[in-house]
Amino acid sequence: MSARIGVVTFPGSLDDRDALRAIELMGGQGVALWHADRDLRGVDGVILPGGFSYGDYLRCGAIARFAPVMEEIRTFAEGGGPVIGICNGFQILCESGLLPGALIRNRSLRFVCRVVHLRVETTRTPITADATQGEVLEIPIKHGEGQYVAADDVLDRLEAEGRVVFRYCGPDGETSDDHNPNGALRAIAGIRNRAGNVVGLMPHPEHAVDPDVGPTGGQALFASLFTHVMAPAR
Amino acid sequence: MRFTVEVLVTLKPRLADPQGKAVESALPALGWTNVRGVRVGKHVRFEVESDDETSARAQVDEMAARLLSNPVIEDSRILEVREVQRT
Repeated sequence: MSARIGVVTFPGSLDDRDALRAIELMGGQGVALWHADRDLRGVDGVILPGGFSYGDYLRCGAIARFAPVMEEIRTFAEGGGPVIGICNGFQILCESGLLPGALIRNRSLRFVCRVVHLRVETTRTPITADATQGEVLEIPIKHGEGQYVAADDVLDRLEAEGRVVFRYCGPDGETSDDHNPNGALRAIAGIRNRAGNVVGLMPHPEHAVDPDVGPTGGQALFASLFTHVMAPAR
Repeated sequence: MRFTVEVLVTLKPRLADPQGKAVESALPALGWTNVRGVRVGKHVRFEVESDDETSARAQVDEMAARLLSNPVIEDSRILEVREVQRT
């Protein structure tokens, strides 16, 4: 038995196929889910992929949060099921209130597409459970609206509760403004909910699993997710 | 009754506004060197059918909070609710 991970396709999703491919490459079973269905097909975990759901015309993720499948995902998340939002998926999780804060236009006003370094800040999530705290991963980003913002008290709470999952950093794990590609407050690249089963991140682990086409920092995250969902304790 | 409604959505003052900054940076090239503090918002206009102005405003407030704006990063306010006179 391999882990069955669902990937939701919204109108305008771009990275759904890459996510399904990454799941298969890493030895899992990818299950295509459709935004208009109220059915998660019994998957062990869900990925909300990158792209521009419903064109992102109003705000990124603002319309997708009302998709029928999101009601099922909310119930699944409340029951402890792993939900991973990547890029647009992160924006959708924030708009839907499953994660705090929001993603606004990059400080530079430019769309940024490049490989970045990420420091793993907590191992208490399904995708970092097998990683090491402080470990540096190479994973690409590609977004125009990835600047994470939240009120100061929300940021303080995230830090205090160990809910910052990834921070942008340099090759040796050092954080500085130079290594912050979008102006995210406190260099935050990913966060989790209080229970730890819902994670949102701007970088794209699904684009970082195949050594033939780039860095492989995403491999550890998929492997960890599979281990987590197949663990008998759950 | 039918009302025309205008809602203004703006980024919260504490947040940096990259779009406003872009406009501000472009103005000097056109000769306007005396402009500061540009903020760019969204103006939403629509018509709504409702029993009276109070219920129209209540509905618009809810629409603004749930869809037209993201209260985490934006403020919204009703600029105008005006009854459309039937002829």
